[in-house]
Amino acid sequence: MQFFLEVLLGGLLSGVMYALVALGYVLIFKASGVFNYAQGAMVFFAALTCVGFSEMGMSLWLAAPLTMLVMVALALATERIVLRPLVNQNEITLFMATIGLTFFIEGLAQLVWGSQVHPLELGIEDVPLQWMLDRTGIAVSQFDLIAALICAILVAALAVLFSKTKIGRALRAVADDHQAAQAVGIPLQYIWAVVWTVAGFVALVAGLLWGSRNGVQFALTFVALKALPVLILGGFTSVPGAIVGGLIIGASEKLAEVYLGPMVGGGIEGWFPYVLALGFLLVRPEGLFGEKIIRRV
Amino acid sequence: MSAQTAPAPAAPAYLSINNIEVIYDHVILVLKGVSLTVPEGRIVALLGGNGAGKSTTLKSISTLLRGERGEVTKGSIEFRGERVDQLTPNELVRKGMCQVMEGRHCFAHLTVEENLLTGAFTRKSSRAELRSELERVYHYFPRLKQRRESLAGYTSGGEQQMTAVGRALMARPKMILLDEPSMGLAPQIVEEIFEIVQDLNSKEQVTFLLAEQNTNVALKYSDYGYILENGRVVMDGEARALATNEDVKEFYLGISTGARKSFRDVKSYRRRKRWLA
Repeated sequence: MQFFLEVLLGGLLSGVMYALVALGYVLIFKASGVFNYAQGAMVFFAALTCVGFSEMGMSLWLAAPLTMLVMVALALATERIVLRPLVNQNEITLFMATIGLTFFIEGLAQLVWGSQVHPLELGIEDVPLQWMLDRTGIAVSQFDLIAALICAILVAALAVLFSKTKIGRALRAVADDHQAAQAVGIPLQYIWAVVWTVAGFVALVAGLLWGSRNGVQFALTFVALKALPVLILGGFTSVPGAIVGGLIIGASEKLAEVYLGPMVGGGIEGWFPYVLALGFLLVRPEGLFGEKIIRRV
Repeated sequence: MSAQTAPAPAAPAYLSINNIEVIYDHVILVLKGVSLTVPEGRIVALLGGNGAGKSTTLKSISTLLRGERGEVTKGSIEFRGERVDQLTPNELVRKGMCQVMEGRHCFAHLTVEENLLTGAFTRKSSRAELRSELERVYHYFPRLKQRRESLAGYTSGGEQQMTAVGRALMARPKMILLDEPSMGLAPQIVEEIFEIVQDLNSKEQVTFLLAEQNTNVALKYSDYGYILENGRVVMDGEARALATNEDVKEFYLGISTGARKSFRDVKSYRRRKRWLA
C-alpha cells in the first residue's frame, strides 16, 4: 500500500510538470485557435537563455527576469513577423507557420548558446521530504512538491486573468470570433502579443523546472510531446483541464509502468499516455474540460 | 433615371462615401463606384438583393474588409469630416463608429453579459461606470437582463441580435453600421429590433446606416434609402418616396399596381434600368 501511494504521488507530481508545459499550448490555443507547435522549442529556448545568462556570472534572480525580457521580445517578433501577415488564414496555415517557428527557435537557441548540456541549479534539492518520510514513511521529492506549488500559483493566476479581467475577456472573445472581436474594437495584434508573452512566461517556468531536473539540453523539446496526451485528455481550451490531464497522465504512466510493465517486459511508460489519449479521443473528443462545440440547429 | 445625380439628403454629411471601388483578392470587382451620404442623427437604409454589395459597403467603412482580402482601390470615405479609410478597426471604434456584423457574431462561449462587456474594450471606464453602462443597455433590451448569465451561444437568434447591438452600444458609438438585422428572425422580433433601433436613434442620437434585404421594414423605420444592384447605387431617395415608388414596389416589395406583365417584359425592363444606371 505504501509503495502504491509512493508511486501514485510521484506520478501525480511528475504530471504537474507535464501540465506546466501543456498550459503554454492551452493559452495560445484558447486565444487564437492556433496549435502552437513551437511551445516545446520555447521551453528549451527559455531554459537555455536563462542558463546562458547565469553562466555569464549573473545570479538567477537577475537572469530569470532578463530571460523574460527576451521572451517578450520573441513574442512581439512572432506576432509581427509570423502572425500578422497570416491573419484570417486557415488554422492549418498557422500551424505550419508554428512548425517553421519551432526550427527557427531551436536553431537560434543553439546558435547563441551552443548545443552542449548545461546543468541548472535552482537551489531546491531533489531529496525526499524528511517531514513526510518520518510521519508516513512515504518518500516524496521536495523538488516535485515545490514545482507543484509553483504550478498551482500559476494556474490560479491564469484562471483569474481569463475569467475576471478585461484583457481576459478580450482574449476569449478573440478566440471565439476574431472578426467580431475586431468589430468591437479589440486589436488582434495587441491580444496576440499579450498571449504569446504569457505563454513565453509559462515556457520559462517550465523550462527552469524541467531544466534543473534533467539538465538543459535539446531533449527538453521532446518533453513538449508529452504535453499532447495531456491536452487531449484535459481539452485544448481549458486551463484546469491541462492540470487534471497532467495529473492523470503522470499518475497513470507511473502506475502502468510499475504494475503492468512487468507483464510485457517493461518500458511502457513512454507510450502508455498516448494509448490513453487515443482511447479518450474515441469517447470524448473535446477532452474532460474542453469547451463543448456549440452549434445551433 | 437620376440615380447618381439625385440631390443628396439636405443635412450636412456625417459619413460620406465618395465613389468607392472594392476589389476582393485582387481580381473580383464587387463595388463599382458607390457614393452615399449619411447625415447626422438619421437612419439610412442600404437596400438590395443578395450579392448587391451591401455588406461589402459596410465592411469597407468599418475597414473589416482588409481581413477578408478585400481592398478599397478607389474613392474615399469620410467620417465627421475626416478620412477614415486607412484606420484600423480599433481606431475607428474609438472615433465612434461601430459595426454590428451580419449573422450576429456573438462570442458563443462568453455569457451575454461578458459579450456586452467586451464592447467596452476601447473605453477606459471604472467598474461603476461599466455597471451603469450595462444598465443602460439592459434598459433598451430588458430581455438580455434575464439572460445575462447564459452563454450567448445558447440564446435565441433574437437575443443574439440584441446582444450584438447591445455590445456595440457599450462602446458609446456615435454611429452604428447594422448589417442585416432581420436575418433569420421571426417578423415580430424583427419589428422589435427595429423599434429599438428607432429608440436609440431618437433618444441617444445614434446615427445608423443599415443594410437590409427586408425592404418593407427597412423603409418603414428609416429616413432615407439607397438601392444597390450589382455593386452600384441604382436609386436613392427619402424612405417614404421610395416606398411609394412604382419600380421599388414592383421589384423589391412585390407589389404591382398595373396589369400583370409578362416575364419577358419585366426582364428587359429591368435590364434597361440597369444600363441607364
